[in-house]
Amino acid sequence: MRNIATMVRRELGAYFLSPIAYAVMAIFLFSSGLAFGLGTFGPGKESSLRALLDPWMATILVFVLPMLTMRLLSEEFRSGTIESLLTTPITEVEVVLGKFLGAFALYAILLTTLLLYPIILAIYGPVDLALLACNYLGLLFLGALYIAVGLFFSACTRHQIIAVLLSLFLLALMTFASGGLAQQFGAGWTRVVLQHISIRSHFHAFVRGMFDLNHVTFFLTTTGLFVYLAIKRLEMRRW
Amino acid sequence: MIQVSNLSKRYGPVLAVDGISFEVERGSVVGFLGPNGAGKTTTIRIMTCYQPATSGSVSIGGFDVFADSVEVRRRVGYLPESTPLYPEMRVREYLHFRGKLRGLILPERRDAITRVTERCWLGDFIDRPIGQLSKGMKQRVGLADAIMHDPEVLILDEPTIGLDPNQIRQTRSLIKELGERHTILLSSHILHEVEQTCDQTIIIAAGKIVASGSPQELRNKFSAQGQVIAELKGPQKDVEQGVRSLAGVQKLEASSQNGWVRVVVQPKPDCDIREDLFHLTSAKGWPLRELRRTGATLEDFFIQVTAQQKQHGETSAE
Repeated sequence: MRNIATMVRRELGAYFLSPIAYAVMAIFLFSSGLAFGLGTFGPGKESSLRALLDPWMATILVFVLPMLTMRLLSEEFRSGTIESLLTTPITEVEVVLGKFLGAFALYAILLTTLLLYPIILAIYGPVDLALLACNYLGLLFLGALYIAVGLFFSACTRHQIIAVLLSLFLLALMTFASGGLAQQFGAGWTRVVLQHISIRSHFHAFVRGMFDLNHVTFFLTTTGLFVYLAIKRLEMRRW
Repeated sequence: MIQVSNLSKRYGPVLAVDGISFEVERGSVVGFLGPNGAGKTTTIRIMTCYQPATSGSVSIGGFDVFADSVEVRRRVGYLPESTPLYPEMRVREYLHFRGKLRGLILPERRDAITRVTERCWLGDFIDRPIGQLSKGMKQRVGLADAIMHDPEVLILDEPTIGLDPNQIRQTRSLIKELGERHTILLSSHILHEVEQTCDQTIIIAAGKIVASGSPQELRNKFSAQGQVIAELKGPQKDVEQGVRSLAGVQKLEASSQNGWVRVVVQPKPDCDIREDLFHLTSAKGWPLRELRRTGATLEDFFIQVTAQQKQHGETSAE
């Protein structure tokens, strides 16, 4: 537990010392601001973040989060620091959880910047706080899953570029393509699977303000699966 | 303190470590010597719990590296080969991070950092980002990290590689000093270094131990296998016959030039024939102008081993 906290602190610290992280944060702030200005903020539009979240935030996060997670383990492999890390009394589980939570903490900090928008909206019309909370919860679940996928691919390669490309590909596929692909299959298990792994449809429930345990379960299990795979990948050198 | 028994490691078709066994006693400094690619780093990685062995076992302080990995890691300080560090962190910050991973609480970490700063001469750059440091400074940070939790066993993989001569000397004297309190295993491909710093040497080539002992023992062992060269004046036939009759002569070659006969003798192991040779020449009245023993030194042996490994590698590559 202590080791996890130590790792989280180191990872967060590393983010704030890394030029890549600042570039990524700038991209996040700029594109979310742009999406809010163009998509949500205007006369006659709904006083909520729903139009901002889907598809805008979902799209932005597919690009932004893999760039934040790519270095988590790839960089340790490339520079060899993984060797000095794993020869201290820390377990692979603690390393992976620490890195996951570190990236997640940074993401949560980034999300607080989005709070500016409902404050602006509140000037023009009433904001539904319960809906907002549900939206935020959806964003947290979505981000956690994206980070877990990015972390897994970062555990697979010492090249950050490969890690970012693979996570981008899988996330784009699961977020945008799998729902449409499911339509191509009339029936059968392929359609069911493709529909089920469509991240966007699960996320959309939160966007609409629906808190359904089905969708919560989807996010928790899928996130857990990728974190588990990352742990196994790191343990693989011991097989 | 360290027990390695019958350790093997296979990477696919390559047998990197081939059934090696050795023991390191508490408080000794052991040099692990071998040409590049001999299996030193692989062995060390198994000892530090980074990689598993294919077969065989290693125990450190009574704990098995596989079954009680965390206990072993608590007791070992390890400096990996290229001293990997996080470039964005400052030295002090890095040492705090590493101290926390070793379970040191804040006052302990402060004390430890003060101690290692002094020991490894980090004072000038303790608050600088690691990325800005020179290779030698980084090496010292790595060493400081390895000793900060006062481990029973210190494992150093090529601790002086990439340092300038001055730093090499400093690092060697530091290792000697540390050897008074810790059990140390250090790897090197520089013979001279191991001879200077270690109580015991293990020479490894192509994954096997080819020799071990104290540097003195090894030196004796290999210089005893040297040749004796004598130059004396006398009829070549008589000289050859006379020398051949001495006890302890295994092989003999003679050649003559300007009336001087040059005899090259390969003595039997552990025989020194020089005294007998002297008595022979004085009895016969042959003037003797040179008598010396050439060393197959540890260095010759080392070069020989290295060449063998290279050959071995080439044949197995075919």
